[in-house]
Formats: sequence, structure tokens, C-alpha cells
Amino acid sequence: MSLKTPLGRVAGLGSAKEGTGHWWAQRLTAVALIPLSFLFVVFVFAFAGADHARAVELMGNPLVAVTLLLFIVAGFYHMKLGMQVVIEDYVHHEGAKTVLLVGLALGSFALGMAAVFAVLKLAFGS
Amino acid sequence: MAQGERPLSPHLEIYKPQLTMVLSITHRFTGVGLAVGTLFLTWWLIAAAMGPEAYAFTQWIYGTWLGYLVLFGFSVSLFYHLCNGIRHLFWDVGLGYEIETVYRSGWSVLAATAVLTFAAWVIGLGVAG
Repeated sequence: MSLKTPLGRVAGLGSAKEGTGHWWAQRLTAVALIPLSFLFVVFVFAFAGADHARAVELMGNPLVAVTLLLFIVAGFYHMKLGMQVVIEDYVHHEGAKTVLLVGLALGSFALGMAAVFAVLKLAFGS
Repeated sequence: MAQGERPLSPHLEIYKPQLTMVLSITHRFTGVGLAVGTLFLTWWLIAAAMGPEAYAFTQWIYGTWLGYLVLFGFSVSLFYHLCNGIRHLFWDVGLGYEIETVYRSGWSVLAATAVLTFAAWVIGLGVAG
């Protein structure tokens, strides 16, 4: 039982019941990814011809590791938000849509964690 | 359901392809392509974290012609999605909606994608090769 009026409960939330949160997060990560993507490409050049010892040495640089972590977090979150819209747009079977959305949420999080862990392990020297 | 003689909205396939619609769907295609790319990025990072053997194997795989093909697709997708994403951000703040501007920014995105991809591969092959 809520004391809010029916209008007050739904104001600003829209039909998806989450307001502008998704839209805003997608734009926020997009803005962050403009500089981060260029830095990522520079890192790819650095890692392109590197052997393992050199890769570990590069990742040991805090600036490289932190920038890469920011790219991974912003990028994978942006990917999750975008793929969610693609699934919502094209998968119309309610059951399949739910399975895909749950799989996307769990899968993208697991993938992001794996990437973050790998960077940290290399950064702390392995 | 009775359709009768009511007019139907035109279907996609009877439209002559226009720059605006092609760039729009390309943004989505490249986005999905980059989502696949996150798998390859994570693979590379995990291999590097596992040790020299796994790392060397992954570097070798990515260096085959098939690996280069995937990397090329990834780079084109990244630069296109980046450039067209900036175009979208301008629209989000209400700028660039005049038809003439929409076409000019669209062609600019294609040109920038080509230049950035070419430059990245010249530098990348120069470093790795």
C-alpha cells in the first residue's frame, strides 16, 4: 500500500518500467568509450608483436592496466545494453526472449569478470 | 484478420536503399560484431594470463589469415561504430537534424572509418611485421 498517487508511481518510468536509466547508461558509456577506444587501439599496436614477457611488462604499467580495465568495464556494459535492445527488438517469443536476456545479463557479466581478472593477474605480474 | 482494401505501410524491400537507412542498420550490425569481438578480446586476455604457451598459441592463431580477417572486421566495426556513435551523440543533444547535415555527417562517418582503419593497419602491420 503506497501513499503515492497512481500518476506519481509511474511518472517518468515509461512502458519499460525503468525510466531513462538504460538510455542514459548507454550514452554515458558511449562518451567514456570515445577516448578509451582510441587508447585501446594504441595498446593493440603495443601488444601486436609482443612476446609473453613483453606483454606482462606492458600490463605491469598501471596506466595501461587501469585504462584497459576502464575500457573493458565501459565496453562490456555498453555491449550488454546494446545487445539487450537488439534482443528486445527482434525476439518476439516471450520465453525465448527471457532466456536470451537472462543469458546475456549473466554471460556478459561473467565475460567481463574474466577479462578484468586476466588484466589484474597480468598487471600484478605473472 | 480482414485486410480489405486498406493501404499497407510500404515494406522495407520496396524502398530504394538510402544512405541514412544503410548507415543506421550498419551501426547495429557493427555493434553486434563488436559484441562478438568481446569474446576474442577476453580469449586473448585469458590466454595471456594463463602463461607463455597459451599466449604464444593465441598470438599465432590471431596472426593467421583467418585471424587477420576477423581482426580486420573488428577494426572496421570499431571505427565505424565509434564515428557513427559520435554522430548519434550529436543527435542526442539536438544537433545535426537538417537533411543536408545528416547526409554530410553520414558521408563523413564513412570517410573517417576508411581513414582510421587504413591508418591503424599501416601502423599495426609496421609494428607487428
